[in-house]
Amino acid sequence: MDQLLNDFSPGLFFMQAIILLILILLMRKFAWKPILDSLNDREEGIQEALDAAANAKKELQNLKSDNERIFNEARTERDNMLKEARELKETMISEAKEEAQAEAQKIVVKAQETIASEKKAAIADLKNQVANISVDIAEKVVRRELTDKDNQLKLVESMLGDVTLN
Amino acid sequence: MRVFQQTLKYSVVLLLTLSSSIIFAGSGGNGDHDKKGNPIDTQEEIKAYIKHHLQDSHDFTFYTDGQSGTHYGFPLPVILWDQGVKMFMSSKFHHGETVAQSGDSFYKLYHGKIYKTDAEGTITYDDHQHPTNVKPLDLSITKSVVGMILVSVLMLLMFSSLAKGYKKGPIPTGFARVLEPLVIYVRDEIARPNIGEKKYRKFMGFLLTVFFFIWILNLLGLTPLGFNVTGNIAVTVCLALFTFFIVQFSGNKDYWKHIFWMPGVPVLMKIILMPIEILGMLTKPFSLLIRLFANITAGHFVVMSLIALMITMKAAFGPVASTGMSIVLSLFISVIEILVAFLQAFIFTMLSSLFIGMAVQEHDHH
Amino acid sequence: MYNLIGAGLIVIGGGIGLGQIGGKAMEGIARQPEAAGKIQTAMIIIGALLEGLAFGALILGA
Repeated sequence: MDQLLNDFSPGLFFMQAIILLILILLMRKFAWKPILDSLNDREEGIQEALDAAANAKKELQNLKSDNERIFNEARTERDNMLKEARELKETMISEAKEEAQAEAQKIVVKAQETIASEKKAAIADLKNQVANISVDIAEKVVRRELTDKDNQLKLVESMLGDVTLN
Repeated sequence: MRVFQQTLKYSVVLLLTLSSSIIFAGSGGNGDHDKKGNPIDTQEEIKAYIKHHLQDSHDFTFYTDGQSGTHYGFPLPVILWDQGVKMFMSSKFHHGETVAQSGDSFYKLYHGKIYKTDAEGTITYDDHQHPTNVKPLDLSITKSVVGMILVSVLMLLMFSSLAKGYKKGPIPTGFARVLEPLVIYVRDEIARPNIGEKKYRKFMGFLLTVFFFIWILNLLGLTPLGFNVTGNIAVTVCLALFTFFIVQFSGNKDYWKHIFWMPGVPVLMKIILMPIEILGMLTKPFSLLIRLFANITAGHFVVMSLIALMITMKAAFGPVASTGMSIVLSLFISVIEILVAFLQAFIFTMLSSLFIGMAVQEHDHH
Repeated sequence: MYNLIGAGLIVIGGGIGLGQIGGKAMEGIARQPEAAGKIQTAMIIIGALLEGLAFGALILGA
């Protein structure tokens, strides 16, 4: 310890302090600051580049999935449209069919009704005519009988021959 | 390529070890100890030589010719604060042999320290063989200061070139590729986990500077140039004081509360804990400075002692065996020292950031 | 002389401590090899603290 204290040179200490102080200041200004700044910049640049690459990749992924989504949507839309169209067609056809059927039914019903009423009228007419004819025949028969039996029959026969059932 | 690099690495280490041993074996040390005409070969001389190496010196000696006593190197400027600035070259001391005159004052170099003396250079001693002469404040550009300036310039050049490289593009080229991972290492392994994501940025200047400063100085100490900067107590004291002041000035309310009035314990405990905490505050930088100093000094000491084996063991094993043993052992320790050089820089920075982190962290559990 | 004995004691104590740290760290790494980095860092820090203590004592004694 004694030896050390004896060896300690205040002058050297002083010089060393000055040199070290100046060296630290100079190195800070001319070396460490620019070096550390550029190292930082470089590291940040690398980090940014990596981030950007990752982002781009993600975006690409997004774009891809977007595309897929849009494509899928378009396809489903097309499918839907087709389906709707088909359904529409089917409904239209079935509706038309139904309508037509209904119309046909109606026509048939009307026709039947008309036929029925015509028939009724015809039957009624026939009835009338038959009645009339019968009455006429009866009249003539009655009148002839009184005169000639053969003639009367001939007459009836001719008259019957005249009569058409229509 | 890898094998080539490995070979290159080991041959560099080998070369360094060899050249330091050559310098060591041939040198006569400083003027206080050498006996001219004889290379050093006794235990005491080796001890003195190692001690001399571990100390700072006022000149830069690469090699001393033991036969003629000539020193090959260059002098460094001496700056003294002694009622005004005194400046002269250290060659005036003639490695401690003569008295240097500056103005009307006389100075003598004794054991690496400058004392004010009279014209004859008399030095008076006290009972413990310590000189009692006045020591002027020695602001000289010593060998350590040269080392520090060298490292500072090197760091400024290297890292400003790295900083400039970023203007051209985000990826550095050339030598900067080696430096960048080191900076990132300090940031991600030392500062961030210890200080916290939000606050680490403010302290990066200090931590990075100190890390590279200590590391390069440690490595410089392993070269045969003979620097021993981080193994110098004044240097480590200064480094540790920087950490200490940064910790104290960045300490938040919680930090001071934990020191002076520990929350969550009885009042009696608070009173007992206060001096312990204050002591802990002071021992942290102390352990920092002692650790760095002792590690580097011990490393230099061991390497130099192992190199000296070739002289001390010459009588017992013969010149070839002692030299071989010395080279193998010092090579081994030198490789470990390269690891220690990094480890000490790492630990100093790590603990500094740990202390800073303790001072700035938010305690939200109270 | 006495401080040399003291230094020896310090080294013994420090050696035991370092051995404990290193051994436990090895056990930890063997148990959880994926945490080796964290364990190593923690080991070095604790080792450094111990080293600081031992060196402090050595310096004070010397």
